[in-house]
Amino acid sequence: MTDKKPNLDDFVPKAGEAKGPYSAGDFSADLDYSGDAAADGTTLDDIDTQPMYINIGPTHPATHGTFRVYCKLDGERIKKAAVDIGYLHRGFEKIVEHRKYNQVIPYTDRLNYCSGLVNNIGFCKAVERMLGIEVPERTQVIRVILMEIQRIMDHMICVGANIVDIGALTNFWYFFNAREKLNDVLEALTGARLTYSYTRVGGLAWDLPEDFRERVKAALEGIPKAIRDVTGLIKKNRIFLDRSRGVGVIDAEKALSFGWTGPCLRATGYPMDLRKVRPYYHYDQFSFDVPIGANGDVYDRVFVRIAEMEESLRIIYQAIDNVPGGPINVDNKDIVLPAKDEVHNTMEGLINHFKLVIEGVKPPPGRIYDSIEAPNGELGFYIISDGTGQPYRIKVRPPCFYLMNTLKYLIEGAMVADIVAILAGLNIIAGELDR
Amino acid sequence: MANSEQQKHDSLVERVSARLGARVLETDRSYGDLVFVVEKAAVHEVLSYLKNDEKFDLLLDIAGVDCVKLPEYRERFELEYILYATGKDHRVRVRVPVPEFALDVPTATDLWRAANWAEREAHEMFGFVFTGHPCLKRLITHQQFEGHPLRKDYPVMQGQWCATTSSLEEELEE
Repeated sequence: MTDKKPNLDDFVPKAGEAKGPYSAGDFSADLDYSGDAAADGTTLDDIDTQPMYINIGPTHPATHGTFRVYCKLDGERIKKAAVDIGYLHRGFEKIVEHRKYNQVIPYTDRLNYCSGLVNNIGFCKAVERMLGIEVPERTQVIRVILMEIQRIMDHMICVGANIVDIGALTNFWYFFNAREKLNDVLEALTGARLTYSYTRVGGLAWDLPEDFRERVKAALEGIPKAIRDVTGLIKKNRIFLDRSRGVGVIDAEKALSFGWTGPCLRATGYPMDLRKVRPYYHYDQFSFDVPIGANGDVYDRVFVRIAEMEESLRIIYQAIDNVPGGPINVDNKDIVLPAKDEVHNTMEGLINHFKLVIEGVKPPPGRIYDSIEAPNGELGFYIISDGTGQPYRIKVRPPCFYLMNTLKYLIEGAMVADIVAILAGLNIIAGELDR
Repeated sequence: MANSEQQKHDSLVERVSARLGARVLETDRSYGDLVFVVEKAAVHEVLSYLKNDEKFDLLLDIAGVDCVKLPEYRERFELEYILYATGKDHRVRVRVPVPEFALDVPTATDLWRAANWAEREAHEMFGFVFTGHPCLKRLITHQQFEGHPLRKDYPVMQGQWCATTSSLEEELEE
């Protein structure tokens, strides 16, 4: 691997340069948020009001999952808020202590269910590092393509749903129309549309179908148009600007203290992307940029995601024509199941298959923390192996757990209607939040 | 890439041992990661040195571990803080052995705000008591839940019947 790692300072915009994927002059007018007062200057503080307590959730169409926000309101302003999570807790970390490493993969699908393949790959990458193996070049490139497809799909849901919550449904269908084509590609590849379970420790479940390249290219064709359609509708839309600019603002220092990673951190102007700073799977050999925002508000989070979709497209186009040939699995009988032909026709293959299914992959005793850049931020797996076929402990570091920790502070002082705008902009996925 | 990471580890180990020598019981370099094993009394000092002097500005995660079924361990429980310095791309972990009958650990919420929920999760799953935490209540499991589900002696299939909705008054004023 080449040592071309870029310096973080290179991404920080210089003074006077446009900071984001858009320039500051794009906006039609600067918005004034001081206008809570009535015509005669009376504000809510002058009126003797009683606080009102309301619950939003646990089941609410705009919460994208089950969790509860409890608010103390003064008029329409939120004075205090509390967030209650755990309604989707399924005990992931407990159940995987009783499963083999390869049996954990279907459970990881259910973490961030908008991008299941990224979870599969993140988990397998951690276990593979523990085993001290590197998957073949072909598998690495395939994994990159799949991760970027999933990043586009995840961002489409997040951005689409975010704008729906602010009241614009059309964009959602523009994105979902394009997303459906990608879903078909992944269905042809994995046989599933949501819970893919396509990777295995040491490689992939099976090779790409013959026409995969053509299918991907055909599916990608519609995406730039979908992005153009959506940005055209929202970029200078007065309603969208009013609802998103200056809403849920956070600066980079605070965001880091709260443990933010991924597009939400980059929206504050801090260009941290694991694909750039500690590249894996040859990400350093692809040419792509890290889009950043300037203000760290809902608007920036939407547009950083949209710009990231374009960057992901670039990566896929570079990778799809250059998938190297060769095997997809590592050549190690202790890790990867033998070919079916071998199992059915030779005694050694049958014994090998049987042993591997019954005993599983056995990483050496030790502990590891390994992470990848998931669509939402840093997805980490802390794994302890005691030398047996079952993990001793797996701790997942879900990116949106730390985003959700911040929600209380983002919505305090905001309006009730801002809750859904902020919530959707953070892309909270209850599956990985509660595990 | 791998070499430069090891160099960062080397220089950090040097600085930490010069500054906090006796506080660090052991350094673990397996898999190319760097882990400082720190005794419980010194954990806050070590963490605040790493945060303030070494600029580890991102607390990635706090992982609790129940070591009771591992072949060898110092104490029954362990906490592992995963830190990342975004400015110099450096990741380290801090491991703290916690005895079974003294589960109090000083909080890190004054250093990173991310520690708030991470510590609440470790609290409910293993029973750690973070002294100084602003609101140490159950987060993911229900308020009526009894026991600590990620301890090795909690049966994997054991469910509990919890029905009362929590009031959240305490979190509201946090």
